[in-house]
Amino acid sequence: MRRQVPLAICFFLGVTMAIQYFIPHRVSLVYGETIRTWYLIVFTFALVLGTGSLIRVHWARIRRRASGWWYSLIAMGGLVLTLAVGFFGGIGQEGLFMKLYNYVQVPLEGTMFSLLAFYIASAAYRAFRARTLEATLLLLAAGIVMLGRVPIGQSIWAGFPRITEWILEVPNLAAKRGIMIGVGLGMISTAVKIILGIERSWIGGGD
Amino acid sequence: MGLFERLMHIDRRIIFLCIALAVLIPFIFPLRLPTYVTRRVKDVYDRIETLTPDDPPVLISIDYDPAAMPELQPMTLAVLRHCFSKDLKVITMTLHQAGPGLALDATSEAAEEYGKVNGIDYVFLGFKPAIAMVIDQMGQDIHRAFPEDYFGTPLSEIPMIADIHTYDDISLIVTFAASAITEAWVAYANGPYQEPVAAGCTAVSATDYYPFLQTGQLFGLIGGLKGAAEYEYLIGVPGRAIIGMDAQSIAHLIIIVFVIIGNVAFFVQRRGAAGGGRRG
Amino acid sequence: MLEGLAPPEPASNVRAFDTPNDAGGSITVTWSPSSAEAERRPVTYEILRSSSLDPALVSVGSVVAGTTAFEDASVYDGVEYSYVVRVHDGLTADADPTAPVRSSGQLFHRGRVNVLVGVVLFTAFLVLFIQQAKGGKELYVRRIAGLEAVDEAIGRATEMGKPILYVPGLSVIQDVATIASLNILSRVARKAAEYETRIVIPNRNPVVMPVCQEIVREAYTDMGHPDAYREDDIYYVTFSQFGYVAAVDGIMLRDRPATNFFLGMFWAESLILAETGAGIGAIQIAGTDAVAQLPFFIAACDYTLIGEELYAASAYLSREPLQLGSLKGQDLAKLLIATLIIVGMIFTTFGWPRFVGLFAAG
Repeated sequence: MRRQVPLAICFFLGVTMAIQYFIPHRVSLVYGETIRTWYLIVFTFALVLGTGSLIRVHWARIRRRASGWWYSLIAMGGLVLTLAVGFFGGIGQEGLFMKLYNYVQVPLEGTMFSLLAFYIASAAYRAFRARTLEATLLLLAAGIVMLGRVPIGQSIWAGFPRITEWILEVPNLAAKRGIMIGVGLGMISTAVKIILGIERSWIGGGD
Repeated sequence: MGLFERLMHIDRRIIFLCIALAVLIPFIFPLRLPTYVTRRVKDVYDRIETLTPDDPPVLISIDYDPAAMPELQPMTLAVLRHCFSKDLKVITMTLHQAGPGLALDATSEAAEEYGKVNGIDYVFLGFKPAIAMVIDQMGQDIHRAFPEDYFGTPLSEIPMIADIHTYDDISLIVTFAASAITEAWVAYANGPYQEPVAAGCTAVSATDYYPFLQTGQLFGLIGGLKGAAEYEYLIGVPGRAIIGMDAQSIAHLIIIVFVIIGNVAFFVQRRGAAGGGRRG
Repeated sequence: MLEGLAPPEPASNVRAFDTPNDAGGSITVTWSPSSAEAERRPVTYEILRSSSLDPALVSVGSVVAGTTAFEDASVYDGVEYSYVVRVHDGLTADADPTAPVRSSGQLFHRGRVNVLVGVVLFTAFLVLFIQQAKGGKELYVRRIAGLEAVDEAIGRATEMGKPILYVPGLSVIQDVATIASLNILSRVARKAAEYETRIVIPNRNPVVMPVCQEIVREAYTDMGHPDAYREDDIYYVTFSQFGYVAAVDGIMLRDRPATNFFLGMFWAESLILAETGAGIGAIQIAGTDAVAQLPFFIAACDYTLIGEELYAASAYLSREPLQLGSLKGQDLAKLLIATLIIVGMIFTTFGWPRFVGLFAAG
């Protein structure tokens, strides 16, 4: 029963949503909208579960004084502060909640994103080796595109931007399209397997 | 340990320091490198350039979070400035849950610069969840997808948008996103309703959209900070993107230099090992 | 200015019909242009409507010259409507009213027949190969290095006495990449349970988290070590993309896992995760269908599953006939698409684009 019920629900919803795509009638549209709305409701409740899990894990670390427990204290402090500020101060543009968002969250996220600039340099230095013919071609293409996508490339040689555009519009496009088609088919195959119950790992454990 | 072996295993913090200097120094000593414009960015510019104040409004969807803001906010501002400078009517909105703050900031900043009034020259619809559903619903009735604007005013009471109901009443759509929201606009606005869609995206995801450009599902693409700089150049209003181009140029050069050094060290090491083997 | 000018010729061949392939509430009106357009007179077309409820003509819209169709989406199903197309160029001329027509919703979207054919064909391929596999036929699947290395990677963590870090991607449960990742998690969890190696799974999505917990709990129970299961090792972190990345980086730098699995959907954070993992010396197996992130994983990880290799993992690791059969069916569909692309290219090059038109999305 524990497996049969989820599999039956999955089969029913999967088949009906697939059929819904081919039926433009209003009843079909309403059904599709209803299912999509239900997903939002499930997601919202799952958010409650997830937050509960987060609090439980961090609280256990703080209580046990486990290694790194002060990070858990900061995480919990941030959670409580943001909730309190939002509930009591509101989320208006001039409130403390939006100030926390604009002056703490936004710069922090931008800082994390900016790590990429450093990491791409160290990854490129470590991994970009012309070991084989293919790797050499890759290196050459990468160098040309890197120069072609910044103004200094044009200043060095006017051909860089032109070759860059060709690389992006021809071999890159062809490869991307090929991968997209393969990924699309893989998606359909996985979805069909899940709907038909061939793929069952998602309901936990073995088959 | 020989020089080349040390180079092969250089402490990554030295690389980080070089990148930091490569980015910082051009801000202090600008190179003022000339910007050149690529076809795909020009396509977006040219299309908006053909519009007049009597044409239906432009819909701009600002669908990114703070992490992508450094790359995408400059191009959003550039396009907004272009629209406002031509006295086009603009509708802005966001489909990203972390987007409303950024979308409102960009809209307000550009509107203030050109003396545009909310409700008359532009409308900010705010955020709605369920991306595909919203885009599809807007094709049937925008007022059903967004009964009110971000500030709670019913759309029917806003002169600029009271008679705007479907994509037929919109000139074109420009979406700025760092995620698959762009594909959703293509699939649900351009596909069934044939609404012209252009995209602004981060540099790393720009390569993903060339297939859509080739098929005409996107009529233009502004990719990364470089794309934003090109657009700023086209509208003649330099901003953060053009300023950032110097730093980006030097950083790219530094990375190429590091890759060359790494490969030279690799080949010297490999030849040394092979020579040692033969001598043995 | 208008004195002595004859009224324009009315539009001709005016037809009104129920808009096809919709949910109802819409009637389409088409016509042939007035000859006034050819005479370069500045014309517009106004569409007027009467109904069985209200016989008076009411304007429902107007279009500029060059347009020969109008969709009236303000009708009610079941009510009869009739339309008149009026040409304006200062003077007016009305075409004859159309025959009454009703709108209704369709039960089948005829523009999507090609999609239906594709889905049926694809499913047929899957069923065919599954039947073959069930019948005992040996199905060849090429070696996938990343999947071959899974056992070795888990063994390394066991020998070093360090945990395994498993990141199931940052996307939602309905994302196929996430589901493919959970399939692999099932196998990884079994191996980890067998060796009693700790497995840590931080989650960005609150719906994915309980699924991961269930999978790992079942794995430990099936392998006979239910007490070794630690629910607190599988938890929700935050929905914020870079907040999640900061947390996972922190886990890597503090707990020093010996093995990292990055399997699922990733965005810009992919390189930050992979490079931090490389920095701590962990063996890393990554897999994603996010094409833009593949180069970063390839540069920074030991093994990378590219695109559909991630989806094939379940079949590859289990070697079950049903799974292998579906994989072969997928390959046959890919071969068919590649053939159709070549055929379409040839036809279009030699001036027959209608073949490609058969595959247009409706």
